[in-house]
Amino acid sequence: MQTNSWVPLFPDQASSFAWQVDYLYFYLIIVSVAFTIPIVVAVFVFGIKYREKEKFATPEEMHGSILLETTWSIIPFVISMTIFLGGAIVYYNQYRLPDDGMEVYVVGKQWMWKLQHETGQREINELHVPVNRKVKLTMTTEDVLHDFSIPAFRTKADVVPGRYTYLWFEATKPGKYHLYCAEYCGLNHSGMGGYVYVMEQSDFDNWLSGNVSGQTPVEQGRDLFENKLGCASCHAGGPAQRGAKLEGIFNKEVKLVGGNTVIANEAYIRESILNPGGQIVEGFQPIMPTFKGQVTEEQIVSLVAYIKSLSGVQTGTTSAPPAANTNAAQPARASNANSAEQ
Amino acid sequence: MQNADAIITDSSGEPKVNYLTNGSTIKSWLLTKDHKRIAIMYLVSVSAFFLMGGLYAAAIRLELLTPASDLMESGTYNKAFTQHGVLMIFFFLIPAIPAILGNFLLPIMIGAKDLALPRINLLSLYFYWIGGGLTLYALLQGGVDTGWTFYTPYSTTFSNTFVMAVGLGIFINGFSSILTGLNFIVTVHTMRAPGMTWFRLPLFVWAQYATSLVMILGTPVIAITVLMLAIERAVHIGIFDPAIGGDPILFQHLFWFYSHPAVYIMILPGMGVISELVSNFSRKKIFGYEFIAFSSIAIAVFGFLVWGHHMFVSGQSIYAGLVFSFLTMVVAVPSAIKMFNWTATLYKGSILWNTPLLYAVGFLGLFLIGGLTGLFLGSIGLTVHLTDTYFVVAHFHYVMVGGQVIAYLGGLHYWWPKMTGKMYSEFWGKISAMLVFVGFNLTFFPQFILGYQGMPRRYASYPEELQVLNIFSTAGASVLGVGLMMPVVYLVHSLFFGKPAGDNPWMLPGLEWRTSSPPPTENFETMPVVTWEAYEFGEENGLDTEEARRREAVSTVS
Repeated sequence: MQTNSWVPLFPDQASSFAWQVDYLYFYLIIVSVAFTIPIVVAVFVFGIKYREKEKFATPEEMHGSILLETTWSIIPFVISMTIFLGGAIVYYNQYRLPDDGMEVYVVGKQWMWKLQHETGQREINELHVPVNRKVKLTMTTEDVLHDFSIPAFRTKADVVPGRYTYLWFEATKPGKYHLYCAEYCGLNHSGMGGYVYVMEQSDFDNWLSGNVSGQTPVEQGRDLFENKLGCASCHAGGPAQRGAKLEGIFNKEVKLVGGNTVIANEAYIRESILNPGGQIVEGFQPIMPTFKGQVTEEQIVSLVAYIKSLSGVQTGTTSAPPAANTNAAQPARASNANSAEQ
Repeated sequence: MQNADAIITDSSGEPKVNYLTNGSTIKSWLLTKDHKRIAIMYLVSVSAFFLMGGLYAAAIRLELLTPASDLMESGTYNKAFTQHGVLMIFFFLIPAIPAILGNFLLPIMIGAKDLALPRINLLSLYFYWIGGGLTLYALLQGGVDTGWTFYTPYSTTFSNTFVMAVGLGIFINGFSSILTGLNFIVTVHTMRAPGMTWFRLPLFVWAQYATSLVMILGTPVIAITVLMLAIERAVHIGIFDPAIGGDPILFQHLFWFYSHPAVYIMILPGMGVISELVSNFSRKKIFGYEFIAFSSIAIAVFGFLVWGHHMFVSGQSIYAGLVFSFLTMVVAVPSAIKMFNWTATLYKGSILWNTPLLYAVGFLGLFLIGGLTGLFLGSIGLTVHLTDTYFVVAHFHYVMVGGQVIAYLGGLHYWWPKMTGKMYSEFWGKISAMLVFVGFNLTFFPQFILGYQGMPRRYASYPEELQVLNIFSTAGASVLGVGLMMPVVYLVHSLFFGKPAGDNPWMLPGLEWRTSSPPPTENFETMPVVTWEAYEFGEENGLDTEEARRREAVSTVS
């Protein structure tokens, strides 16, 4: 697979499931050719052999054949089922998120990608990842639909306002690959993209340490929770707390007022911050104010990461340098965040 | 041929009054109830929209000649592809075959004087004009940039363009579609001539019937969807925008619940035309008549169950994705049945290679590629990579242009002598059919490769390594453009200078060939009684082939 030829035919094959997609593609090309050639040959052979020899002739009538009709219904059906199964298997592998992936948070906005590693590094329109490591993206958007697409990895997923979508990949080949926004998002849609840099682990470690890391999402979330937003005044432990207990709830079933239950996943936590009256936990009063309009999507991502950490959810650890440079990095991080907000 | 025509006109002593000469005032056209005149007015209006959509296509291909967005700014480019899509889909592809060819021929082919509801038919034309007029107004005011798919929340909250006017235009135009569908269904049920049983109906009529079912069941959903979009945009009631409590995926479900079946509104009538052309120009009863007829109905029904394959990466659940992928594979089967039956019809026929047949053979090749690449896109694991790339663009152009437009052109050439009484130049017809085929493939085949490379659609600028294939594509588009403009010239030329076609230039058995060309206002002088099966070419069915051969010989000599 090459990209430097005069007419590039295939993109780089740079993720763990790229070869599966390519094999499926080759299988379909073979099926297509196997159908096309006999039909095209038949049309031309018949067209020449039985071309008009006498004006207004009346060729002998022919009646249909149930045997033929059945044959050419069943064969395409069987073949299409093999295509369906092949696609289903490839899709299943892509759909199941790994538990041990390195997490990256993605927020799309017109017209840029803002990314943050779990170690705190922020990037815009670029993503640096180590080779042979599973990477899981948790994505949302501040405005319209976007789509995070990396053709070399043969994967993409829509990024939808108001909810989280996920994407994972394991890069297999170091290099620089296109990152596109593949869902039309307005004026500068075709400018919303950049590159994914796949690096050897050691290069990636260098990149991480050479980069201003700032606070990790969990640390940012704790800061928001305890200081900036004051969530802790109701939700921090203690017998007199007015808000629901948050320790250990992640991915557990929660009983709601009215008898329903809900799984406390990322979407539920997000929804509870923005629309707290919607799903009240049993035993609590609907007194929490909404934080809609007061927190950005990136801050919500941090809060969710913090609340997950309260349940002891350990996301895959990156071999990042210790957070020693966190303090030194504070001013730089602030200016970074500002520029991202523009 | 002139002699032949003389025989016909002389028998009654003077030139017969036909639907074209029966009244020449503007009022006699605008207030007509004659389905044939309405069809002609559709022909003119739909062609105008096709031309406009084509100009946008030319602008798009010119912009994509170079990687940077240099000919147009990206905002202008966004409007160009949006308006190309809106005009082509809502104002050309959907009405083309039903409203022009269907309107003109469906009553004649079943031996009726007119459609069952002639005033409703005129009303549907007015809806088309009002909807089209509103859309044109919006384009002149500054246009719209949401993509023809109008995905929310971009279309409801973020776009500053004329979404409401275009939405209203599409909303009103929808009624045109619904009324035409309703009219066709009532007509086929109640107006068939004596002896014209369901299984003697030409397959074109079956295809129109299946299309009409989709039109009346699907179009209301897009009307409702556009209405909800307008409500959210105008008064900010949260339906689709999550910022005010809506769900953007809901819009996609509603939109594709119509817009996938709409694909079949576009392609089914085309398949009907191809059945006519293949059978008539091999002078042989179509192979597997019932299978082709019922496969149309099967496509219409299954077409309602596969909308989710447009949303594989939108965030729908894995189970929804798998079910929609499975159903999409099932829809491939009836299309394959049609393809095999058409091919088998040619076997041991007497095949006349004229312009309509060239278009039909072109259709077989292009629709084959369009259909097979549909399997690529229905296969969910592959589609994650291919969605929203040029692979999709190439696929739906192979189906829409390679299928529907080619079939429409084939049908227009086939019935042109009937509609106008004049014969066009076979030579230029064949040249144009071949140019369209070559130009089309050169335009869109490279886009499959671009799509697998990952080039996203709706991009005003693209990476430099993809330029070579884009140059091929633009070069092909210019050949295609020339091929498509030629019929305008030689068909219009034939109106004034064409040879008289005669009532039945190819000695074909359909009812439309058993009345004069152009037909009289009431279609038949006496009500026809059908005693023959569909596509029976023998002399015992009233086709005087001996006489026709003699005339042919005379005209060749003179």
